Amino acid sequence: MSTVRADLSHLAVVPAYNEAATVADVIRGIQREAPEWDVLVVDDGSTDDTFAVAEMYGARVLRLPFNLGIGGAVQAGFTYARENGYDVMAQVDGDGQHDPAELRKLTEHMRAHPELDMVCGSRFISSNSHRYPAPISRRTGIHIFAFLLSLFVRQPISDPTSGFRLYNRRAIRLFASDYPHDYPEVEAVLMLHHHRLRMEEIPVRMFQRGGGVSSISSGKSFYYMVKVLLALFVGLFRRRPIPEPGDHAPVAAGQGL
Amino acid sequence: MDTRIQLVAIVGAVFLLVLVLELVRRRRLLERYALLWLLSAIVLLGLALWRGALVELAQAVGIAYPPNALFFVAFAFVLVLLLHFSVAVSRLGDQSKVLAQRVALLEERLHRSERGAAGAGEPTTGAAEIDPAPSQAPFAEHAGTRR
Repeated sequence: MSTVRADLSHLAVVPAYNEAATVADVIRGIQREAPEWDVLVVDDGSTDDTFAVAEMYGARVLRLPFNLGIGGAVQAGFTYARENGYDVMAQVDGDGQHDPAELRKLTEHMRAHPELDMVCGSRFISSNSHRYPAPISRRTGIHIFAFLLSLFVRQPISDPTSGFRLYNRRAIRLFASDYPHDYPEVEAVLMLHHHRLRMEEIPVRMFQRGGGVSSISSGKSFYYMVKVLLALFVGLFRRRPIPEPGDHAPVAAGQGL
Repeated sequence: MDTRIQLVAIVGAVFLLVLVLELVRRRRLLERYALLWLLSAIVLLGLALWRGALVELAQAVGIAYPPNALFFVAFAFVLVLLLHFSVAVSRLGDQSKVLAQRVALLEERLHRSERGAAGAGEPTTGAAEIDPAPSQAPFAEHAGTRR
């Protein structure tokens, strides 16, 4: 049985910052496991061969002129998806921790539940034998976010930092116009909730990072925690009006004090 | 109150005022950012010249030595100015993010159409794929446009 509807166009966005060592495997993995998907690598100002490698393996590549951070890179992917009329977009990290074979699961779930705008792969659901090998400090942080976020959005969220996500057109359009900056995944869940879009998590396997350096080094974990907590609490009190055409939507910071 | 400190304050405020005006004249400082500076220079100059107001202000907020009230006001302005700049920097950062994304998108499109043209001689697919009218979209369609 065909797992992907032929009448929909699918885009897999692979944000990559200095991931020359692993991005080829990710691209090949998607091409092998999910051949209907177009692959778009967003080279986030890498200083290594990420761009050349991605081109060589036949991916489309957006090359950001300087490093924007994961939020800006993924948002470029959303904009690409919107402007090229894709129906479904997935985010697959360039470091190889997401298994392209699981894309099928995400897609099937969205197909079975058409009311969902985002389907998120979670490491922590289910009694999987394949425990995700994350350091305890990071797991603690993730669970704190998960607890707070579940409270805020009144829906159980087990893995709010997972970047393995599938979006439909509505979510693509929302995030193309406004996506959080530095560590976007947690805040993005809150944004969806504010805009009354729906999401659900399904269990997936994730691998240990293939190579490169995580955007969250252990030294930065604390900064990460504080920043996301600030964003969450401020986000609670932020009205996020849906930008109208003609608004200066993508530039979130207004003029003056 | 000591006249020396008053003199110093007057000279300082006048210097600031002239400097800001001169920078605006030479287009080194945008009016948008000069306004707050001008306001602080004028207020400081006013308080330095008009002793009565300064003493009144000092008494009102409970400062024993009136010239300290001048520092207090100056410090308050500095804080506001700094915050103002943080806002301006955030805005610039956001704008440069959008620009970087647009540049990357354009580059990719150019790349694709060049490759298409060099390849089969077929009309390029790049431009045709661009969704021309997402009209009912509730979100702003173009990143760069401002009224």
